[in-house]
Amino acid sequence: MRHIISLLMENESGALSRVAGLFSARGYNIESLNVAPTEDETLSRMTIVTRDSDEVVEQIMKQLNKLVDVVKVVDLSEGLHIEREMMLVKVKAEGIWREEMKRMADIFRGRIIGVTENTYIIELTGAVSKLDAFLEALETGAIIETVRTGTSGIGRGDWVLKV
Amino acid sequence: MELTGAEIVVRCLQEEGVEFLFGYPGGAVLNIYDEIYKQNVFKHVLVRHEQAAVHAADGYSRASGRTGVALVTSGPGATNAVTGIATAYMDSVPLVVITGQVSVPAIGLDAFQEVDTVGITRPCVKHNFLVKDVKDLAATLKKAFYIASTGRPGPVVVDVPKDVTMHKTEFSYPKEISLRSYNPVIKGHDGQIKKAVQMILGAKRPMIYTGGGVILSNAAEVLNKLVRQLGYPCTSTLMGLGGYPSPDPLFLGMLGMHGTFEANMAMQHCDVLVAIGARFDDRVIGNPEHFYQEGRQIIHIDIDPASIAKRVKVDVPIVGDVGEVLREMLKLIQASHEKPEPAALKTWWTQIELWRSRNCLKYDTSSLLIKPQYVVEKLYEVTEGKAFVTSDVGQHQMWAAQFYPFDQPRRWINSGGLGTMGFGLPSAMGVQFAHPDAAVACITGEGSIQMNIQELSTCKQFNLPLKIILLNNRYLGMVRQWQEFFYGNRYSESYMDALPDFAKLAESYGHIGMRIDKPGDVEGALKEAFALKERLVFLDFQTDQSENVYPMIPGGKGLSEMILV
Repeated sequence: MRHIISLLMENESGALSRVAGLFSARGYNIESLNVAPTEDETLSRMTIVTRDSDEVVEQIMKQLNKLVDVVKVVDLSEGLHIEREMMLVKVKAEGIWREEMKRMADIFRGRIIGVTENTYIIELTGAVSKLDAFLEALETGAIIETVRTGTSGIGRGDWVLKV
Repeated sequence: MELTGAEIVVRCLQEEGVEFLFGYPGGAVLNIYDEIYKQNVFKHVLVRHEQAAVHAADGYSRASGRTGVALVTSGPGATNAVTGIATAYMDSVPLVVITGQVSVPAIGLDAFQEVDTVGITRPCVKHNFLVKDVKDLAATLKKAFYIASTGRPGPVVVDVPKDVTMHKTEFSYPKEISLRSYNPVIKGHDGQIKKAVQMILGAKRPMIYTGGGVILSNAAEVLNKLVRQLGYPCTSTLMGLGGYPSPDPLFLGMLGMHGTFEANMAMQHCDVLVAIGARFDDRVIGNPEHFYQEGRQIIHIDIDPASIAKRVKVDVPIVGDVGEVLREMLKLIQASHEKPEPAALKTWWTQIELWRSRNCLKYDTSSLLIKPQYVVEKLYEVTEGKAFVTSDVGQHQMWAAQFYPFDQPRRWINSGGLGTMGFGLPSAMGVQFAHPDAAVACITGEGSIQMNIQELSTCKQFNLPLKIILLNNRYLGMVRQWQEFFYGNRYSESYMDALPDFAKLAESYGHIGMRIDKPGDVEGALKEAFALKERLVFLDFQTDQSENVYPMIPGGKGLSEMILV
């Protein structure tokens, strides 16, 4: 099953490599990982998406908790949550492509944020499934370059992940 | 007052009450060594190889219960220390290892003797630090000692660049420290403990399975009370030996790959299993699928939540310090009106005694060759079971575990998790420093001893009267045994040719060497050696080359699938 693990860790150099090292050393898979500072500058927040059995995910959570730099860990998939990912796609925008790409961006509520004679850059935000659907909907050959942030997640309602 | 980083390192070690610092100097730590020269609060022990410095600190820690401390230089000093650090990590030994590093501005520029110590050691430490600012040095060292010795203990590396040892700052050593991200659970959950106690008292075929956690948590005494109160059978992993007195009839011997028939059979066929500070590793339960074939309820007590439900499913997990949890359990058991069902327990013990009567550790006592088991048995007799025994890794390690019935914790010191050849001699040095008047024996093989034999020189410098019990079969015995059993007797590279004359070698280091060829001479030689209380004696026992360790569970097999003699 797909799990979205969200954690707070000390904003110290090397903290990221401890998490990455844990996943590679113990053979856990990472579908995506993103990390950035929070409103509290001493803390970073990391979102890790992984796919494995419940037993393995339980072990992953325990191992993450065991890292001295990790302050708190939750599995967002256990409760109501919102997940979002941002993607930038550079697509062909010449001739017949030009109108088609504009239309596709509109349908998926994407924004065109870069324009040249031959290309568009489309920005798209949503759940992973929406981003995947957009890429599938584009005609093969239209995509020149893709870059995705990986999933970020947050719990719904009053529930807050904090120290 | 402002102190340099080097002065701060020394002051911190003094504040922590460090008695011995095991180390080896080099460029990046010269400032620290200069401050060591100027003080006489703690003693520095100069080893001959950085790996030995860490093993010695490790042996000191295991025998004393205190945190071991080692100091090595940058680059090769740090990489040589890695095997020692990984050894301590696998066996949860509290160590603080201070490594020199090139100056901060040189980091990342491939400077002379630079290595990414924090990166290299990350997978084999409990935590590590790179101190880039002298202002953080004292607090970091405080954190290191705190993290190393609390919770599930382990090694912590503090990497100190050379310029940080020169820079000055105000020194104050924090009395206490708390980390928001690190709060080990000590007290077990009351509800879980109650549930466990009910399960324990209702058991018909109970089994108590103890591990290194009992030793680390200093819980031997309460374990003994608990086991005696219940009258239940008890076994131990390699790491837990001495936690419960081995000579006691309730003790079934060590379990696992080379465990006794009775311990492994009882483990497989029990209906309630109480795992205490043990982690169901592959050398203990063998194949987990086979283990599942017999259903049993499992109670698992461990301070590390990640050790619970890692290899087997657990019915009642209890996270907490083993000693704390056992004390709570004992209270509840003593207060309970419920008692174990005597008839069921009697039937269970009858079964166990039947297994025990198989006498699985028997060996040929009429041989004209020296049997390694015989040497260990005689060692036990001559030392009256009171010696501290370290070992290296291989057959001799298993014979030591099987034939020296430890009756106290912290007397048996070996590399169980990582299986580090070369551990025995340097760890014995650390043990002797912790207990200067005790008899310390290192049981070793001719393969292992050569992996750190240079430490005979350290032993001479510090007059360490160790007794080295070399079970010399001219083979890498455990490798040879596997080749005999599983590789059609193809002894690929397991024969040790061109061995030195160990007795003469020991003598050239200034020690006493003996070579023993006949079974009849074993006891006399051991008596003579242990009578020489001031000297290191190296006893080279020429043992039977074909002897194997029994019982044995082949890799991938289950607990009840032992190869027996």
